[in-house]
Amino acid sequence: MKKLFKTAVLATAALAVAATGSFAADYPDRPIGVAVSYGAGGATDFQARIVTMVAGNEDILGQPIYILNKPGAGGRKGWNWFATEAPADGYTMSAYNIPHFIAQSIKGGVKYSADSFEPIANWGSDPAVVVVGKDSKFNSMQDLIDYAKANPGKTTTSGAGLFVGHHIAALQIEKACECKLAYVPTKGGGAAAMKAVIGGEVLAGINNLSDAFRAREAGNVKILGVADLERNDFIKDVPTLKESGLDVDNSSVNFRGLMVPKGTPPEIIEKLAKQVPMMFAHARVAKRMKAGGSPMKIMNREEVQKMWADREEVLKELLKGL
Amino acid sequence: MEFLNYFGGVFEPWAFMLLLGGTIGGLILGATPGLSPTMAVALLIPFTFHMSATHGLVLLGAAYTSTVAGGAVSAILLKIPGAPANIATALDGNEMAKRGEGARALHMSFLSSGVGGVIGILLLIFLTPVLAQWVLKIQTPHVFWIAILGVTVIGSLDSKSFVKGLLSGCIGLWLSTIGYDEIQGTERFIFADALSGGIGIIPALIGLFAIPQVLDMMAKGRVDALVEALEVPKQKLTASLRELTRYVRALSIGTVVGSIIGLIPGVGGQIAGLVAYDQSRKLSPQREKFGTGHPEGVVAAESANNAMVGPSLVPLLTLSIPGSPTAAVLLGGLLIKEIFPGSDIFDNHPEVVWTFINSMLVGQVLMVIFGIMIAGWAARIARAPAPIMAAGVLVLAVFGSYSVGQSVGDVHIMLALGIGMFILEKFGFSAAPLVLGLILGPIAGDNFTQGMTLAAAQDGPWVYFFTGTLNIFLISLVIASIAYSFWNNMLAGGKTPAAEPAGREAK
Repeated sequence: MKKLFKTAVLATAALAVAATGSFAADYPDRPIGVAVSYGAGGATDFQARIVTMVAGNEDILGQPIYILNKPGAGGRKGWNWFATEAPADGYTMSAYNIPHFIAQSIKGGVKYSADSFEPIANWGSDPAVVVVGKDSKFNSMQDLIDYAKANPGKTTTSGAGLFVGHHIAALQIEKACECKLAYVPTKGGGAAAMKAVIGGEVLAGINNLSDAFRAREAGNVKILGVADLERNDFIKDVPTLKESGLDVDNSSVNFRGLMVPKGTPPEIIEKLAKQVPMMFAHARVAKRMKAGGSPMKIMNREEVQKMWADREEVLKELLKGL
Repeated sequence: MEFLNYFGGVFEPWAFMLLLGGTIGGLILGATPGLSPTMAVALLIPFTFHMSATHGLVLLGAAYTSTVAGGAVSAILLKIPGAPANIATALDGNEMAKRGEGARALHMSFLSSGVGGVIGILLLIFLTPVLAQWVLKIQTPHVFWIAILGVTVIGSLDSKSFVKGLLSGCIGLWLSTIGYDEIQGTERFIFADALSGGIGIIPALIGLFAIPQVLDMMAKGRVDALVEALEVPKQKLTASLRELTRYVRALSIGTVVGSIIGLIPGVGGQIAGLVAYDQSRKLSPQREKFGTGHPEGVVAAESANNAMVGPSLVPLLTLSIPGSPTAAVLLGGLLIKEIFPGSDIFDNHPEVVWTFINSMLVGQVLMVIFGIMIAGWAARIARAPAPIMAAGVLVLAVFGSYSVGQSVGDVHIMLALGIGMFILEKFGFSAAPLVLGLILGPIAGDNFTQGMTLAAAQDGPWVYFFTGTLNIFLISLVIASIAYSFWNNMLAGGKTPAAEPAGREAK
């Protein structure tokens, strides 16, 4: 028995060596998993399934990508797992959400930071927007800010949780207008926050552009402003917060993309960084994403690295003393 | 009556094939512990990429309907509720199965699912605009009170002793506080990585219900392995139908409660069955029979959890707000076909939406037919010798809890809770109140903290939580429910009904 065990161990070790030897050349020779730190059906999960659907094409990766949902604690559970336990062999990637994970790592209590991961490429950007119910007395950001200035701490504003894009946008608005909102984090993602706006439970809300766009199409809300550097193609008539006189940049924009754990062999990162943007740019992916009202923004590895660094700097400043 | 014009789409060959396949597959997936309706629908989404919008939705709708009903199979035969919706089904259903009446229980369960389901969908067809307004009226403080109403039934649920029921409920409420609080931004009781996301409801369900079963079976298996093998008498469908007519009260309570609770975003699916079960028991002349394998319990629970399916789609279709995780997955399925739900969806895409809703109506009927066909042979599981059952259930338990988040941590949580529950059961505690606490804790807690934030920006908590018609109505229900429990307890002379000194060991 003991001998058998020894042989088995040796054989495994030999196999492992052989596997790493021919690693990069054959990569990938089996399907690749993408961990999503949110539940099935959420926006990140939904988009991750679409943008990875052509991975199996010979000219992309030649191997299909499957989704692993690891939801919990606003994404912390999944990213903790990814930073500490996921094998760095290129067969486990993860979706990232900026600014969520960087803001969380600045607040502390998690096992990751921007340095724990290597970005591959970015597929989407979903800016935060300010919404009010369709019958609201507010028709512009100015109306809302005037009210907030006259009634400090009374402007109830819903958003999907703490230290997510919506929260960051609320903090930036407060800083820019030098007024005080009452940010109400809801559980259950953007949907619960949107229901509070439509149902008149809160005076205003901060939500994803994609969801707000749909809610406006359905005639349920008005969109007052976009927290981005330029206007968005989905809602061209809505001004940016900057245009409304608020000094708010794009730090709250929810960027989504793929990353691998630190320590993944450089050849593999290189191959992924080359192939994955092509996968995102595939015509079928673009068509499906557009159909779903999900704004795309493809960025390569270098661009994402810079974006991460920028965010980290801005968020550190913004979250100081919170 | 516009919907009648679109029935043709359901019976078009390809759509009907999908409906059949979705229904049968859904029943089987639903019967597998750990594969919740949400996961089943999510697994199917990629298959709909290549179908037309109508076909894709027919498949998803069929899968949603039948996985909810299929969950009753494992709840009844193995006492492992596949999803929170089936907890109440397990209480009486499993007792029936233990007596060898598994087939009867399954018949009752599928028939009442069908009745509840059809009525729920009819509500969706005829009352959607009205119901959508209701959804918006139910706000943070109301959901808080509904959760408290749920807490008041904890003590009397499936317990020989009122105090022990309350105690298990408290343990459940405490367990629910573990994890990261997303509203306050704080961590609570996280001592291990696996707990950072809190205790997932599916691993908890499986652990609390299945593991004590397995341990019991193993203990028995050592002494009298084959004695347990039961004869399963054949159950005639006509007899079941006749029997169902005797439980009209439970059926109507289940359907009404399920439809109303199903509307509430974020709450519906989890507690509809339990609330309906509790209400039917309180209003039944044979209330002492509940929990001992009384078909009325199964009827109430199952009619409620399928009645919920139709109304739970109201917020999604009219407001574009998914009210449950499953609805969120369905939203993804709609969006990918360039269909944006909203109040005008019935004008913009009538053929897609009506065919979808109609197919769910037909799907309910198919679900009953195939469910009953499956019931016949599924009930034979009860004849498997205890050691084999124990091994099989253990495999399913580990598989089911792992599959939720591909996480071994969840398997550890499942096993730890299961072993804890096994010991507690020896002292007469039971799993159902504990699970109810675990489900209600976050609903009550989050809506309370969220309500306090809102109240602080308005007129303060007293006005916020205690004024308004709906608040007062719900508070009076809470008071009535507590008073009822006290009164009942007093009537029994300080003892709870059917008090047995040794609790569960007596079985």
